[in-house]
Amino acid sequence: MTTSGWIIMLLSVGGTTGFFVWCIRRVLGPPDKTAKMRGVLDTELEIEEEERRRRREERGC
Amino acid sequence: MNRPVPENWSTRIGVILAVTGSAVGLGNFLRFPGLAAKYDGGAFMIPYFVALLLLGLPLAWAEWSMGRYGGTRGHHSSPGIFRLIWKNKAAPYLGVLGLIVPVVIYMYYVFIESWCLGYAWHYLTGAMDLGRDPEAYTKFFAGYTGLEADASIFAGFLGTPLIFLLICIALNFILINRGLTRGIELFCLWAMPALAVCAVLVLIRVLTLGTPDPSKPELNVLAGLGQMWNLDADGKSIWEQLANGKMWMEAAGQIFFSLSVGFGVIITYASYMRRDDDIALSSTTAVAGNEFFEVSLGGMITIPAAFVFLGAAGAVGGTFALGFNTLPLVFEYMPLGRWVGFLWFFLLFLAAITSSLSMLQPAIAFLQEGLGLTRTRAVALLCGVGTAGTLLVVWFSKNLTAMDTLDFWVGTFCIYLLACVQTFLFGWVFGPRRGLEELDRGADLRVPRLFTFVIKYISPVYLLVVFVAWAWQDMGDRVKAFAEDPAVRWSMLFLAAVFALFLWWIRLAVKRWQMEEQAS
Repeated sequence: MTTSGWIIMLLSVGGTTGFFVWCIRRVLGPPDKTAKMRGVLDTELEIEEEERRRRREERGC
Repeated sequence: MNRPVPENWSTRIGVILAVTGSAVGLGNFLRFPGLAAKYDGGAFMIPYFVALLLLGLPLAWAEWSMGRYGGTRGHHSSPGIFRLIWKNKAAPYLGVLGLIVPVVIYMYYVFIESWCLGYAWHYLTGAMDLGRDPEAYTKFFAGYTGLEADASIFAGFLGTPLIFLLICIALNFILINRGLTRGIELFCLWAMPALAVCAVLVLIRVLTLGTPDPSKPELNVLAGLGQMWNLDADGKSIWEQLANGKMWMEAAGQIFFSLSVGFGVIITYASYMRRDDDIALSSTTAVAGNEFFEVSLGGMITIPAAFVFLGAAGAVGGTFALGFNTLPLVFEYMPLGRWVGFLWFFLLFLAAITSSLSMLQPAIAFLQEGLGLTRTRAVALLCGVGTAGTLLVVWFSKNLTAMDTLDFWVGTFCIYLLACVQTFLFGWVFGPRRGLEELDRGADLRVPRLFTFVIKYISPVYLLVVFVAWAWQDMGDRVKAFAEDPAVRWSMLFLAAVFALFLWWIRLAVKRWQMEEQAS
Protein backbone atom coordinates (compact mmCIF):
# COMPACT_ATOMS: atom_id res chain seq x y z
CA MET A 1 0.00 0.00 0.00
CA THR A 2 1.44 3.34 -1.02
CA THR A 3 1.69 6.48 1.11
CA SER A 4 -1.01 8.18 -0.97
CA GLY A 5 -3.20 5.11 -0.44
CA TRP A 6 -2.76 5.39 3.34
CA ILE A 7 -3.59 9.09 3.22
CA ILE A 8 -6.74 8.66 1.12
CA MET A 9 -7.90 5.70 3.25
CA LEU A 10 -7.35 7.50 6.55
CA LEU A 11 -9.02 10.65 5.27
CA SER A 12 -12.01 8.81 3.80
CA VAL A 13 -12.59 6.24 6.54
CA GLY A 14 -11.57 8.58 9.36
CA GLY A 15 -13.60 11.43 7.91
CA THR A 16 -16.84 9.48 7.46
CA THR A 17 -16.47 7.69 10.81
CA GLY A 18 -15.65 10.93 12.61
CA PHE A 19 -18.55 12.72 10.93
CA PHE A 20 -20.97 9.92 11.93
CA VAL A 21 -19.71 9.76 15.53
CA TRP A 22 -19.95 13.57 15.83
CA CYS A 23 -23.56 13.50 14.56
CA ILE A 24 -24.57 10.58 16.81
CA ARG A 25 -23.00 12.26 19.86
CA ARG A 26 -25.01 15.40 19.16
CA VAL A 27 -28.21 13.38 18.67
CA LEU A 28 -27.78 11.19 21.76
CA GLY A 29 -26.02 13.74 23.95
CA PRO A 30 -27.73 15.91 26.56
CA PRO A 31 -29.86 18.71 25.10
CA ASP A 32 -28.03 21.91 24.28
CA LYS A 33 -28.21 24.53 27.00
CA THR A 34 -28.91 27.19 24.41
CA ALA A 35 -32.41 27.42 23.00
CA LYS A 36 -33.26 25.57 19.79
CA MET A 37 -32.51 27.49 16.65
CA ARG A 38 -35.38 29.50 15.33
CA GLY A 39 -36.19 30.16 11.74
CA VAL A 40 -35.63 33.45 9.94
CA LEU A 41 -39.37 33.88 9.54
CA ASP A 42 -40.01 33.31 13.24
CA THR A 43 -37.83 36.31 14.02
CA GLU A 44 -39.33 38.38 11.20
CA LEU A 45 -42.86 37.61 12.37
CA GLU A 46 -41.97 38.72 15.86
CA ILE A 47 -40.55 42.01 14.55
CA GLU A 48 -43.70 42.59 12.46
CA GLU A 49 -45.90 41.81 15.45
CA GLU A 50 -43.88 44.23 17.58
CA GLU A 51 -44.29 46.97 14.93
CA ARG A 52 -48.06 46.40 14.71
CA ARG A 53 -48.33 46.60 18.50
CA ARG A 54 -46.32 49.83 18.53
CA ARG A 55 -48.54 51.38 15.80
CA ARG A 56 -51.69 50.37 17.68
CA GLU A 57 -50.33 52.00 20.82
CA GLU A 58 -49.44 55.17 18.88
CA ARG A 59 -52.96 55.33 17.37
CA GLY A 60 -54.42 54.76 20.83
CA CYS A 61 -52.53 57.77 22.11
CA MET B 1 -64.67 11.56 5.44
CA ASN B 2 -62.42 8.75 6.65
CA ARG B 3 -59.04 10.33 7.51
CA PRO B 4 -56.13 8.18 8.70
CA VAL B 5 -55.13 8.55 12.34
CA PRO B 6 -52.15 10.97 12.45
CA GLU B 7 -48.90 9.10 13.07
CA ASN B 8 -45.51 10.37 14.26
CA TRP B 9 -42.14 8.79 14.94
CA SER B 10 -41.87 7.97 18.63
CA THR B 11 -38.12 8.60 19.01
CA ARG B 12 -35.58 10.74 17.23
CA ILE B 13 -33.06 7.91 16.96
CA GLY B 14 -35.87 5.76 15.51
CA VAL B 15 -36.43 8.04 12.53
CA ILE B 16 -32.68 8.43 11.96
CA LEU B 17 -32.20 4.65 11.95
CA ALA B 18 -35.25 4.18 9.70
CA VAL B 19 -33.93 6.67 7.13
CA THR B 20 -30.40 5.25 7.39
CA GLY B 21 -31.83 1.74 7.03
CA SER B 22 -33.70 2.84 3.95
CA ALA B 23 -30.47 4.16 2.41
CA VAL B 24 -28.12 1.34 3.44
CA GLY B 25 -28.49 -1.57 1.07
CA LEU B 26 -26.49 -3.92 -1.14
CA GLY B 27 -25.03 -0.90 -2.95
CA ASN B 28 -23.09 0.12 0.18
CA PHE B 29 -21.33 -3.22 0.55
CA LEU B 30 -21.05 -4.34 -3.06
CA ARG B 31 -21.62 -1.59 -5.66
CA PHE B 32 -19.49 1.09 -3.96
CA PRO B 33 -16.36 -1.09 -3.46
CA GLY B 34 -16.77 -2.51 -6.98
CA LEU B 35 -16.85 1.00 -8.47
CA ALA B 36 -13.95 2.25 -6.36
CA ALA B 37 -11.80 -0.70 -7.43
CA LYS B 38 -12.85 -0.23 -11.07
CA TYR B 39 -11.67 3.39 -11.02
CA ASP B 40 -8.23 2.75 -9.52
CA GLY B 41 -9.26 2.98 -5.92
CA GLY B 42 -8.53 6.21 -4.15
CA ALA B 43 -9.00 8.58 -7.09
CA PHE B 44 -12.69 7.66 -7.13
CA MET B 45 -13.12 9.20 -3.68
CA ILE B 46 -12.53 12.76 -4.93
CA PRO B 47 -15.56 12.93 -7.30
CA TYR B 48 -17.46 10.84 -4.75
CA PHE B 49 -17.09 13.41 -1.95
CA VAL B 50 -17.67 16.32 -4.34
CA ALA B 51 -20.99 14.70 -5.35
CA LEU B 52 -21.86 14.12 -1.68
CA LEU B 53 -21.45 17.84 -0.90
CA LEU B 54 -23.06 19.27 -4.04
CA LEU B 55 -25.79 16.72 -4.72
CA GLY B 56 -26.36 14.25 -1.88
CA LEU B 57 -26.58 16.47 1.18
CA PRO B 58 -28.51 19.36 -0.48
CA LEU B 59 -31.08 16.98 -1.99
CA ALA B 60 -31.49 15.17 1.33
CA TRP B 61 -32.08 18.47 3.16
CA ALA B 62 -34.56 19.54 0.47
CA GLU B 63 -36.53 16.28 0.77
CA TRP B 64 -36.62 16.40 4.56
CA SER B 65 -37.86 19.99 4.66
CA MET B 66 -40.54 19.46 1.99
CA GLY B 67 -41.61 16.27 3.74
CA ARG B 68 -42.09 17.87 7.16
CA TYR B 69 -43.77 20.89 5.59
CA GLY B 70 -46.33 18.56 3.97
CA GLY B 71 -46.70 16.34 7.03
CA THR B 72 -47.56 19.19 9.37
CA ARG B 73 -50.33 20.13 6.90
CA GLY B 74 -51.78 16.63 6.81
CA HIS B 75 -50.08 15.06 3.77
CA HIS B 76 -47.60 12.17 3.80
CA SER B 77 -47.36 11.22 0.14
CA SER B 78 -45.63 12.89 -2.82
CA PRO B 79 -48.89 13.69 -4.72
CA GLY B 80 -50.36 15.41 -1.65
CA ILE B 81 -47.15 17.25 -0.73
CA PHE B 82 -46.41 18.37 -4.31
CA ARG B 83 -50.00 19.68 -4.62
CA LEU B 84 -49.54 21.60 -1.38
CA ILE B 85 -46.27 23.17 -2.51
CA TRP B 86 -47.18 23.92 -6.14
CA LYS B 87 -50.71 25.20 -6.83
CA ASN B 88 -50.76 23.68 -10.26
CA LYS B 89 -53.08 20.98 -11.62
CA ALA B 90 -50.09 18.92 -12.79
CA ALA B 91 -48.39 18.90 -9.38
CA PRO B 92 -50.12 15.85 -7.80
CA TYR B 93 -49.66 13.88 -11.02
CA LEU B 94 -45.91 14.55 -10.93
CA GLY B 95 -46.08 12.93 -7.51
CA VAL B 96 -46.83 9.61 -9.20
CA LEU B 97 -43.06 9.20 -9.47
CA GLY B 98 -42.78 9.30 -5.68
CA LEU B 99 -45.12 6.29 -5.50
CA ILE B 100 -44.06 4.29 -8.56
CA VAL B 101 -40.32 4.45 -7.88
CA PRO B 102 -40.34 2.81 -4.43
CA VAL B 103 -43.16 0.34 -5.24
CA VAL B 104 -41.59 -0.95 -8.48
CA ILE B 105 -38.11 -1.14 -6.94
CA TYR B 106 -39.64 -3.14 -4.09
CA MET B 107 -40.97 -5.64 -6.67
CA TYR B 108 -37.47 -6.81 -7.66
CA TYR B 109 -35.59 -5.81 -4.52
CA VAL B 110 -37.55 -8.30 -2.41
CA PHE B 111 -36.35 -11.06 -4.79
CA ILE B 112 -32.70 -10.04 -4.20
CA GLU B 113 -33.45 -9.84 -0.47
CA SER B 114 -34.64 -13.45 -0.60
CA TRP B 115 -31.32 -14.52 -2.18
CA CYS B 116 -29.45 -12.95 0.78
CA LEU B 117 -31.69 -14.73 3.28
CA GLY B 118 -31.39 -17.99 1.33
CA TYR B 119 -27.58 -17.78 1.16
CA ALA B 120 -27.42 -16.93 4.90
CA TRP B 121 -29.53 -20.01 5.65
CA HIS B 122 -27.34 -22.19 3.42
CA TYR B 123 -24.22 -21.00 5.27
CA LEU B 124 -25.85 -21.56 8.65
CA THR B 125 -26.79 -25.14 7.75
CA GLY B 126 -23.47 -25.86 6.02
CA ALA B 127 -25.09 -26.37 2.61
CA MET B 128 -22.86 -23.81 0.86
CA ASP B 129 -19.73 -25.97 0.89
CA LEU B 130 -19.24 -26.06 -2.89
CA GLY B 131 -15.43 -26.51 -2.95
CA ARG B 132 -12.86 -24.21 -4.55
CA ASP B 133 -14.01 -24.26 -8.16
CA PRO B 134 -15.25 -20.75 -9.10
CA GLU B 135 -17.59 -22.29 -11.70
CA ALA B 136 -19.50 -24.11 -8.94
CA TYR B 137 -20.51 -20.80 -7.36
CA THR B 138 -21.48 -19.21 -10.68
CA LYS B 139 -23.58 -22.27 -11.52
CA PHE B 140 -25.20 -22.34 -8.09
CA PHE B 141 -26.14 -18.66 -8.36
CA ALA B 142 -27.54 -19.16 -11.88
CA GLY B 143 -29.67 -22.09 -10.72
CA TYR B 144 -30.78 -20.36 -7.54
CA THR B 145 -31.95 -17.18 -9.27
CA GLY B 146 -33.30 -18.75 -12.46
CA LEU B 147 -30.70 -17.07 -14.68
CA GLU B 148 -30.58 -20.03 -17.06
CA ALA B 149 -34.19 -20.07 -18.26
CA ASP B 150 -37.41 -18.15 -17.71
CA ALA B 151 -39.54 -19.45 -14.82
CA SER B 152 -36.94 -22.13 -14.05
CA ILE B 153 -37.18 -21.63 -10.29
CA PHE B 154 -40.83 -22.68 -10.46
CA ALA B 155 -39.72 -26.12 -11.70
CA GLY B 156 -39.40 -27.53 -8.19
CA PHE B 157 -42.38 -25.67 -6.77
CA LEU B 158 -41.79 -24.74 -3.16
CA GLY B 159 -38.08 -25.32 -3.72
CA THR B 160 -35.90 -23.21 -1.43
CA PRO B 161 -35.66 -20.00 -3.52
CA LEU B 162 -39.45 -19.66 -3.57
CA ILE B 163 -39.79 -20.42 0.13
CA PHE B 164 -37.32 -17.65 1.01
CA LEU B 165 -39.11 -15.29 -1.36
CA LEU B 166 -42.44 -16.02 0.33
CA ILE B 167 -40.85 -15.51 3.77
CA CYS B 168 -39.46 -12.13 2.70
CA ILE B 169 -42.77 -10.96 1.18
CA ALA B 170 -44.69 -12.03 4.29
CA LEU B 171 -42.15 -10.41 6.62
CA ASN B 172 -42.30 -7.10 4.75
CA PHE B 173 -46.09 -6.90 4.76
CA ILE B 174 -46.49 -8.10 8.37
CA LEU B 175 -44.02 -5.47 9.59
CA ILE B 176 -45.49 -2.67 7.47
CA ASN B 177 -49.01 -3.58 8.62
CA ARG B 178 -47.93 -3.02 12.23
CA GLY B 179 -47.60 0.67 11.43
CA LEU B 180 -44.93 3.32 11.49
CA THR B 181 -43.75 3.06 15.09
CA ARG B 182 -44.62 -0.56 15.96
CA GLY B 183 -43.46 -1.86 12.56
CA ILE B 184 -40.80 0.17 10.75
CA GLU B 185 -39.32 2.07 13.70
CA LEU B 186 -39.21 -0.86 16.12
CA PHE B 187 -37.68 -3.15 13.49
CA CYS B 188 -35.01 -0.60 12.49
CA LEU B 189 -34.18 0.07 16.15
CA TRP B 190 -32.79 -3.45 16.50
CA ALA B 191 -31.97 -4.32 12.87
CA MET B 192 -29.58 -1.41 12.25
CA PRO B 193 -27.39 -2.04 15.34
CA ALA B 194 -27.43 -5.78 14.45
CA LEU B 195 -26.35 -4.88 10.91
CA ALA B 196 -23.50 -2.75 12.29
CA VAL B 197 -22.38 -5.56 14.65
CA CYS B 198 -22.37 -8.14 11.79
CA ALA B 199 -20.39 -5.73 9.57
CA VAL B 200 -17.82 -4.99 12.31
CA LEU B 201 -17.35 -8.74 12.99
CA VAL B 202 -16.78 -9.43 9.28
CA LEU B 203 -14.43 -6.42 9.11
CA ILE B 204 -12.36 -7.72 12.05
CA ARG B 205 -12.11 -11.12 10.36
CA VAL B 206 -10.94 -9.56 7.08
CA LEU B 207 -8.41 -7.21 8.68
CA THR B 208 -6.85 -10.06 10.69
CA LEU B 209 -6.34 -12.34 7.67
CA GLY B 210 -2.65 -11.35 7.31
CA THR B 211 -1.08 -13.40 4.51
CA PRO B 212 -3.33 -16.47 4.28
CA ASP B 213 -1.17 -18.29 1.70
CA PRO B 214 2.56 -18.05 2.61
CA SER B 215 3.49 -19.23 -0.91
CA LYS B 216 1.89 -16.00 -2.26
CA PRO B 217 3.25 -13.28 0.06
CA GLU B 218 2.08 -10.52 -2.28
CA LEU B 219 -1.54 -11.45 -1.50
CA ASN B 220 -1.88 -9.90 1.94
CA VAL B 221 -4.35 -7.60 3.70
CA LEU B 222 -2.26 -4.46 3.25
CA ALA B 223 -2.00 -5.07 -0.48
CA GLY B 224 -5.78 -5.69 -0.51
CA LEU B 225 -6.37 -2.34 1.16
CA GLY B 226 -4.00 -0.82 -1.40
CA GLN B 227 -6.12 -2.30 -4.20
CA MET B 228 -9.06 -0.37 -2.77
CA TRP B 229 -7.42 2.90 -1.71
CA ASN B 230 -4.17 3.51 -3.63
CA LEU B 231 -4.26 6.76 -5.59
CA ASP B 232 -1.73 5.92 -8.24
CA ALA B 233 -2.83 2.48 -9.37
CA ASP B 234 -1.75 1.43 -12.89
CA GLY B 235 0.94 4.13 -12.87
CA LYS B 236 -1.51 6.87 -13.92
CA SER B 237 -1.17 10.29 -12.32
CA ILE B 238 -4.04 11.59 -10.22
CA TRP B 239 -4.76 14.26 -12.87
CA GLU B 240 -5.04 11.67 -15.62
CA GLN B 241 -7.51 9.73 -13.50
CA LEU B 242 -9.55 12.80 -12.60
CA ALA B 243 -9.87 13.67 -16.31
CA ASN B 244 -12.08 10.58 -16.70
CA GLY B 245 -15.61 12.02 -17.07
CA LYS B 246 -17.26 8.64 -16.69
CA MET B 247 -15.76 8.29 -13.21
CA TRP B 248 -17.40 11.61 -12.17
CA MET B 249 -20.72 10.43 -13.57
CA GLU B 250 -20.58 7.07 -11.80
CA ALA B 251 -19.48 8.67 -8.53
CA ALA B 252 -22.46 11.05 -8.66
CA GLY B 253 -24.77 8.12 -9.49
CA GLN B 254 -23.42 6.12 -6.54
CA ILE B 255 -23.97 8.99 -4.07
CA PHE B 256 -27.39 9.61 -5.49
CA PHE B 257 -28.64 6.01 -5.32
CA SER B 258 -26.87 5.20 -2.09
CA LEU B 259 -28.49 8.05 -0.15
CA SER B 260 -31.95 7.18 -1.54
CA VAL B 261 -32.49 10.78 -2.61
CA GLY B 262 -35.07 11.19 -5.37
CA PHE B 263 -36.60 7.93 -4.22
CA GLY B 264 -39.86 9.16 -2.73
CA VAL B 265 -39.08 7.60 0.65
CA ILE B 266 -37.37 10.40 2.59
CA ILE B 267 -40.16 12.88 1.81
CA THR B 268 -42.71 10.43 3.28
CA TYR B 269 -40.58 9.49 6.30
CA ALA B 270 -39.89 13.18 7.07
CA SER B 271 -43.61 13.95 6.87
CA TYR B 272 -44.11 12.05 10.15
CA MET B 273 -41.90 14.52 12.05
CA ARG B 274 -43.61 16.98 14.39
CA ARG B 275 -43.70 20.68 13.56
CA ASP B 276 -40.86 21.67 15.92
CA ASP B 277 -38.76 18.50 15.71
CA ASP B 278 -35.20 18.90 14.52
CA ILE B 279 -34.73 17.85 10.92
CA ALA B 280 -31.38 19.50 10.14
CA LEU B 281 -29.26 17.33 12.45
CA SER B 282 -31.44 14.22 11.91
CA SER B 283 -31.08 14.40 8.10
CA THR B 284 -27.33 15.04 8.37
CA THR B 285 -26.95 12.10 10.77
CA ALA B 286 -28.84 9.80 8.39
CA VAL B 287 -26.49 10.84 5.55
CA ALA B 288 -23.46 10.38 7.82
CA GLY B 289 -24.74 6.93 8.86
CA ASN B 290 -25.07 5.84 5.26
CA GLU B 291 -21.54 7.07 4.50
CA PHE B 292 -20.17 5.23 7.53
CA PHE B 293 -21.68 1.94 6.33
CA GLU B 294 -20.54 2.56 2.77
CA VAL B 295 -17.01 3.96 3.10
CA SER B 296 -15.83 2.81 6.54
CA LEU B 297 -17.35 -0.70 6.44
CA GLY B 298 -18.12 -1.58 2.80
CA GLY B 299 -14.89 0.02 1.61
CA MET B 300 -12.77 -1.95 4.06
CA ILE B 301 -14.33 -5.40 3.63
CA THR B 302 -15.25 -6.46 0.11
CA ILE B 303 -12.22 -5.66 -2.06
CA PRO B 304 -9.48 -6.53 0.50
CA ALA B 305 -11.23 -9.88 1.22
CA ALA B 306 -11.48 -10.75 -2.47
CA PHE B 307 -7.88 -9.61 -3.16
CA VAL B 308 -6.10 -11.64 -0.47
CA PHE B 309 -7.50 -14.92 -1.81
CA LEU B 310 -8.11 -14.28 -5.51
CA GLY B 311 -5.67 -11.47 -6.42
CA ALA B 312 -6.41 -8.31 -8.41
CA ALA B 313 -8.45 -10.18 -11.02
CA GLY B 314 -10.87 -11.46 -8.38
CA ALA B 315 -11.39 -8.06 -6.83
CA VAL B 316 -13.37 -6.57 -9.69
CA GLY B 317 -16.95 -7.13 -10.75
CA GLY B 318 -20.50 -5.87 -10.60
CA THR B 319 -22.79 -6.05 -7.57
CA PHE B 320 -24.08 -9.59 -8.12
CA ALA B 321 -20.77 -11.04 -9.36
CA LEU B 322 -18.87 -9.73 -6.34
CA GLY B 323 -21.56 -10.55 -3.81
CA PHE B 324 -22.84 -13.93 -4.93
CA ASN B 325 -19.97 -15.45 -6.95
CA THR B 326 -16.68 -14.00 -5.71
CA LEU B 327 -17.29 -13.65 -1.96
CA PRO B 328 -18.73 -17.17 -1.42
CA LEU B 329 -15.54 -18.49 -3.04
CA VAL B 330 -13.49 -16.25 -0.72
CA PHE B 331 -15.36 -17.62 2.33
CA GLU B 332 -14.41 -21.12 1.18
CA TYR B 333 -10.71 -20.23 1.53
CA MET B 334 -11.14 -18.19 4.72
CA PRO B 335 -10.69 -19.73 8.18
CA LEU B 336 -14.14 -19.70 9.89
CA GLY B 337 -15.47 -18.94 6.40
CA ARG B 338 -18.82 -20.67 6.97
CA TRP B 339 -19.67 -18.39 9.90
CA VAL B 340 -18.30 -15.28 8.23
CA GLY B 341 -20.37 -16.20 5.16
CA PHE B 342 -23.49 -16.48 7.33
CA LEU B 343 -22.80 -13.12 8.99
CA TRP B 344 -22.12 -11.50 5.61
CA PHE B 345 -25.33 -12.64 3.94
CA PHE B 346 -27.37 -12.01 7.08
CA LEU B 347 -26.08 -8.43 7.16
CA LEU B 348 -26.96 -8.06 3.46
CA PHE B 349 -30.44 -9.40 4.27
CA LEU B 350 -30.86 -6.87 7.11
CA ALA B 351 -29.61 -4.07 4.84
CA ALA B 352 -32.09 -5.17 2.17
CA ILE B 353 -35.16 -5.57 4.39
CA THR B 354 -34.75 -2.18 6.08
CA SER B 355 -34.68 -0.72 2.56
CA SER B 356 -37.60 -2.74 1.15
CA LEU B 357 -39.80 -1.85 4.15
CA SER B 358 -39.25 1.83 3.44
CA MET B 359 -40.29 1.34 -0.18
CA LEU B 360 -43.81 0.31 0.84
CA GLN B 361 -44.63 3.21 3.17
CA PRO B 362 -45.07 6.00 0.54
CA ALA B 363 -47.78 4.10 -1.36
CA ILE B 364 -49.52 3.01 1.85
CA ALA B 365 -49.56 6.61 3.10
CA PHE B 366 -51.06 7.66 -0.24
CA LEU B 367 -53.75 4.94 -0.27
CA GLN B 368 -54.74 5.96 3.24
CA GLU B 369 -54.85 9.72 2.77
CA GLY B 370 -55.89 9.75 -0.89
CA LEU B 371 -58.45 6.95 -1.10
CA GLY B 372 -59.44 6.83 2.57
CA LEU B 373 -58.48 3.18 3.03
CA THR B 374 -57.65 1.73 6.43
CA ARG B 375 -54.01 0.71 6.87
CA THR B 376 -54.84 -3.00 6.65
CA ARG B 377 -56.76 -2.53 3.38
CA ALA B 378 -54.01 -0.33 1.94
CA VAL B 379 -51.42 -2.98 2.88
CA ALA B 380 -53.55 -5.75 1.31
CA LEU B 381 -53.99 -3.78 -1.92
CA LEU B 382 -50.30 -2.97 -2.16
CA CYS B 383 -49.42 -6.58 -1.35
CA GLY B 384 -51.46 -7.63 -4.42
CA VAL B 385 -49.84 -5.10 -6.76
CA GLY B 386 -46.35 -5.68 -5.37
CA THR B 387 -46.55 -9.47 -5.51
CA ALA B 388 -47.83 -9.34 -9.11
CA GLY B 389 -44.69 -7.37 -10.04
CA THR B 390 -42.44 -9.73 -8.10
CA LEU B 391 -43.97 -12.71 -9.93
CA LEU B 392 -43.23 -11.00 -13.26
CA VAL B 393 -39.59 -10.56 -12.21
CA VAL B 394 -39.34 -14.18 -11.05
CA TRP B 395 -41.06 -15.48 -14.21
CA PHE B 396 -38.84 -13.59 -16.69
CA SER B 397 -35.71 -14.63 -14.81
CA LYS B 398 -33.52 -15.58 -17.77
CA ASN B 399 -30.52 -13.22 -17.59
CA LEU B 400 -32.66 -11.33 -15.04
CA THR B 401 -34.30 -9.51 -17.97
CA ALA B 402 -37.42 -8.23 -16.18
CA MET B 403 -35.40 -7.12 -13.14
CA ASP B 404 -32.89 -5.35 -15.36
CA THR B 405 -35.65 -3.61 -17.36
CA LEU B 406 -37.50 -2.38 -14.26
CA ASP B 407 -34.20 -1.34 -12.66
CA PHE B 408 -33.23 0.71 -15.71
CA TRP B 409 -36.53 2.51 -16.35
CA VAL B 410 -37.68 2.94 -12.75
CA GLY B 411 -34.63 2.28 -10.57
CA THR B 412 -32.50 4.71 -12.57
CA PHE B 413 -34.46 6.77 -15.15
CA CYS B 414 -37.46 7.62 -12.95
CA ILE B 415 -35.23 8.30 -9.92
CA TYR B 416 -33.34 10.93 -11.94
CA LEU B 417 -36.67 12.38 -13.09
CA LEU B 418 -38.07 12.50 -9.57
CA ALA B 419 -34.90 14.13 -8.26
CA CYS B 420 -35.15 16.76 -11.03
CA VAL B 421 -38.82 17.40 -10.10
CA GLN B 422 -37.96 17.68 -6.39
CA THR B 423 -35.03 20.02 -7.04
CA PHE B 424 -37.23 22.21 -9.25
CA LEU B 425 -40.04 22.27 -6.68
CA PHE B 426 -37.71 23.05 -3.80
CA GLY B 427 -35.39 25.50 -5.55
CA TRP B 428 -37.87 27.36 -7.73
CA VAL B 429 -41.40 26.88 -6.33
CA PHE B 430 -41.14 26.26 -2.59
CA GLY B 431 -38.15 28.59 -2.52
CA PRO B 432 -34.83 28.04 -0.75
CA ARG B 433 -35.67 30.78 1.80
CA ARG B 434 -38.86 29.01 2.88
CA GLY B 435 -36.95 25.72 2.75
CA LEU B 436 -34.24 27.08 5.00
CA GLU B 437 -36.90 28.38 7.36
CA GLU B 438 -38.37 24.86 7.53
CA LEU B 439 -34.91 23.35 8.13
CA ASP B 440 -34.13 25.92 10.82
CA ARG B 441 -37.29 25.37 12.85
CA GLY B 442 -36.31 23.32 15.91
CA ALA B 443 -32.87 22.71 14.39
CA ASP B 444 -29.97 21.45 16.49
CA LEU B 445 -27.60 22.17 13.62
CA ARG B 446 -27.18 25.27 11.51
CA VAL B 447 -27.31 24.29 7.84
CA PRO B 448 -24.75 26.37 5.87
CA ARG B 449 -26.46 29.38 4.21
CA LEU B 450 -24.64 28.50 0.99
CA PHE B 451 -27.11 25.62 0.72
CA THR B 452 -29.76 27.92 -0.83
CA PHE B 453 -27.43 28.81 -3.70
CA VAL B 454 -26.26 25.21 -4.19
CA ILE B 455 -29.78 23.74 -4.30
CA LYS B 456 -31.09 26.44 -6.64
CA TYR B 457 -28.27 26.56 -9.18
CA ILE B 458 -25.55 23.95 -8.72
CA SER B 459 -27.49 20.79 -7.82
CA PRO B 460 -29.93 21.04 -10.79
CA VAL B 461 -27.09 21.61 -13.27
CA TYR B 462 -25.02 18.78 -11.75
CA LEU B 463 -28.08 16.51 -11.85
CA LEU B 464 -28.97 17.38 -15.42
CA VAL B 465 -25.42 16.84 -16.69
CA VAL B 466 -25.23 13.41 -15.04
CA PHE B 467 -28.73 12.51 -16.28
CA VAL B 468 -28.09 13.52 -19.89
CA ALA B 469 -24.67 11.82 -19.98
CA TRP B 470 -26.16 8.64 -18.54
CA ALA B 471 -29.12 8.67 -20.96
CA TRP B 472 -26.80 9.35 -23.91
CA GLN B 473 -24.67 6.37 -22.96
CA ASP B 474 -27.35 3.77 -22.14
CA MET B 475 -30.61 4.69 -23.87
CA GLY B 476 -29.77 3.30 -27.34
CA ASP B 477 -29.26 -0.26 -26.10
CA ARG B 478 -32.53 -0.13 -24.18
CA VAL B 479 -34.58 0.91 -27.18
CA LYS B 480 -32.95 -1.90 -29.15
CA ALA B 481 -33.74 -4.42 -26.38
CA PHE B 482 -37.40 -3.32 -26.42
CA ALA B 483 -37.63 -4.10 -30.12
CA GLU B 484 -35.90 -7.48 -29.87
CA ASP B 485 -36.82 -9.11 -26.55
CA PRO B 486 -40.44 -10.11 -25.68
CA ALA B 487 -39.57 -10.25 -21.94
CA VAL B 488 -38.57 -6.58 -22.11
CA ARG B 489 -41.86 -5.73 -23.83
CA TRP B 490 -43.90 -7.61 -21.21
CA SER B 491 -42.02 -5.81 -18.46
CA MET B 492 -42.65 -2.42 -20.08
CA LEU B 493 -46.32 -3.26 -20.58
CA PHE B 494 -46.62 -4.14 -16.90
CA LEU B 495 -44.88 -0.90 -15.99
CA ALA B 496 -47.32 1.09 -18.14
CA ALA B 497 -50.26 -0.65 -16.41
CA VAL B 498 -48.88 0.19 -12.94
CA PHE B 499 -48.35 3.81 -14.02
CA ALA B 500 -51.94 4.02 -15.31
CA LEU B 501 -53.32 2.48 -12.10
CA PHE B 502 -51.49 4.93 -9.85
CA LEU B 503 -52.43 7.92 -12.05
CA TRP B 504 -56.10 6.87 -11.79
CA TRP B 505 -55.79 6.60 -8.00
CA ILE B 506 -54.21 10.08 -7.89
CA ARG B 507 -57.17 11.43 -9.91
CA LEU B 508 -59.59 9.96 -7.34
CA ALA B 509 -57.46 11.35 -4.51
CA VAL B 510 -57.41 14.86 -6.00
CA LYS B 511 -61.23 14.83 -6.29
CA ARG B 512 -61.46 13.67 -2.69
CA TRP B 513 -59.08 16.38 -1.45
CA GLN B 514 -61.00 19.06 -3.42
CA MET B 515 -64.27 17.92 -1.82
CA GLU B 516 -62.68 18.03 1.62
CA GLU B 517 -61.38 21.55 0.98
CA GLN B 518 -64.78 22.75 -0.22
CA ALA B 519 -66.49 21.18 2.78
CA SER B 520 -64.15 22.91 5.19
